[in-house]
Amino acid sequence: MEGLDLGAMFLQFLLLWFLAIGGPSTIFPDIHRYVVEAHHLLTGEQFAEIYTVAQVAPGPNAMYVTLIGWYLAGWKGVIATTIPLLIPASTLTMLVGHLNERYPDAPIFRAIRRGLMPITIGLVFASATILMRTVNHNWRGYLITLVTVAVVLRKPWNPLWLFAGGALAGILGFV
Amino acid sequence: MLNQTLAQQSSHKTAVTQLQLFIAFSRISLSSFGGAIFWTRRELIERQRWLTERDFLEIYTVGQLLPGPNVLNLTVMVGYRFAGWSGAASAVAGFLGWPCLVVVGMGILYQNYGRLPYVQQALGGMSSVAAGLLLATVIKLASVLPRQWRPWLFGVLAFIGVGVMRWPLLWVMAALAPWAVFAAWKYE
Repeated sequence: MEGLDLGAMFLQFLLLWFLAIGGPSTIFPDIHRYVVEAHHLLTGEQFAEIYTVAQVAPGPNAMYVTLIGWYLAGWKGVIATTIPLLIPASTLTMLVGHLNERYPDAPIFRAIRRGLMPITIGLVFASATILMRTVNHNWRGYLITLVTVAVVLRKPWNPLWLFAGGALAGILGFV
Repeated sequence: MLNQTLAQQSSHKTAVTQLQLFIAFSRISLSSFGGAIFWTRRELIERQRWLTERDFLEIYTVGQLLPGPNVLNLTVMVGYRFAGWSGAASAVAGFLGWPCLVVVGMGILYQNYGRLPYVQQALGGMSSVAAGLLLATVIKLASVLPRQWRPWLFGVLAFIGVGVMRWPLLWVMAALAPWAVFAAWKYE
C-alpha cells in the first residue's frame, strides 16, 4: 500500500475513462496494470475479489473502481476513483446528447444511428455469449441461463425472483 | 415560440420531471444485478413507457460510441432529453449514487462473510441468471432491426469479431462502423 498518491490515481483514471470507448471492459486491463502491477496497491487476488463483489452488487459493472478506491483510502478513495468515470459522461456525452436532440433529423446523425444499431446488437450478443461461457461450468448452469431467457421472454414476472431461484439452486449444489 | 411548438409536435415527448427521472434511475440501479442494460430497458420501455424500443436502441447506440459505461451515457442522454441539464443530473444521481453506497457496503460484508462456501455457490447460480437476462435483452432489441440482409450482416460480423474471434472492440468498430454508416447513408 506504499506510494498511494490519490491525485495521480485520479488523473490516470480520468485519462483512461476518456479512452474507454465501448465501455468499461476496454480499460479493465489498464486499471489492473496501474493498481496491481505498476504501483502494487493491491495483490492480483485482492483485485479479483473486489471485481467479483462489484459484479454481484446492483448497479453498473464499472463500480468495481469505486470499491478499489474504498479499499485503498476509504471515502476519499471512492471520490478519487469514481469521479473520473463521471467526467466523460457529463461533458462529452452531454454535448453529443444536446446535438442529437437539437438536430434529430440531420442526415449524418440519422445514418450513424441507423447504421450502427445492428452493430450494437451484435456487440451485446457477443457480451452475452462471453458471459454465458465464463460463468457456466456445466450443462446445469446453461440450463439456468436458458430457463431465464425463456421466462423473461414469455412472462412479465419480476426477474429478481429468478435471481432468488438461481441463488437457491447454487446453495443446493445444483450448479 | 413557433420553434417550440414545432419541436413539441415533432418529438411527442411525455412530460417527465427531475424527480421522476431520479426515482426511475434509482430503481434501475438498485435492481441492476448482473448488468444494467436489461433493467434499463425494462424500466424505460415496459414500465414507464417513456421510450420505444427503437428510441432506446438509438440512444444506446450513440452511448456506445462515447467513452465510459454505455448505460451511464444512456442515462445522461435520457435525462437530458426529458428535462435538460438538471434532468441529466437527477438521472445520474439516481443511477450512480445508490450503487456507490451499496458496493461499499457489500465490500465490507464480503470482507467478513465472503469466504463462506454457500455465498460462493449462490453467486454461481445468480451469474447464470445474469447471463440469461442479457441474452433475453438482445433478443428483444433485435426485433427492431429491419428485415433486410445488410443490417443483419453487420450485426453478425460484429458478433463474430468480438464474441468469437475475441478481437479488441476498438478494431472491430473501426473496421465495421464506417461501412455501416455509409450503407445507411446511401441506401436508406
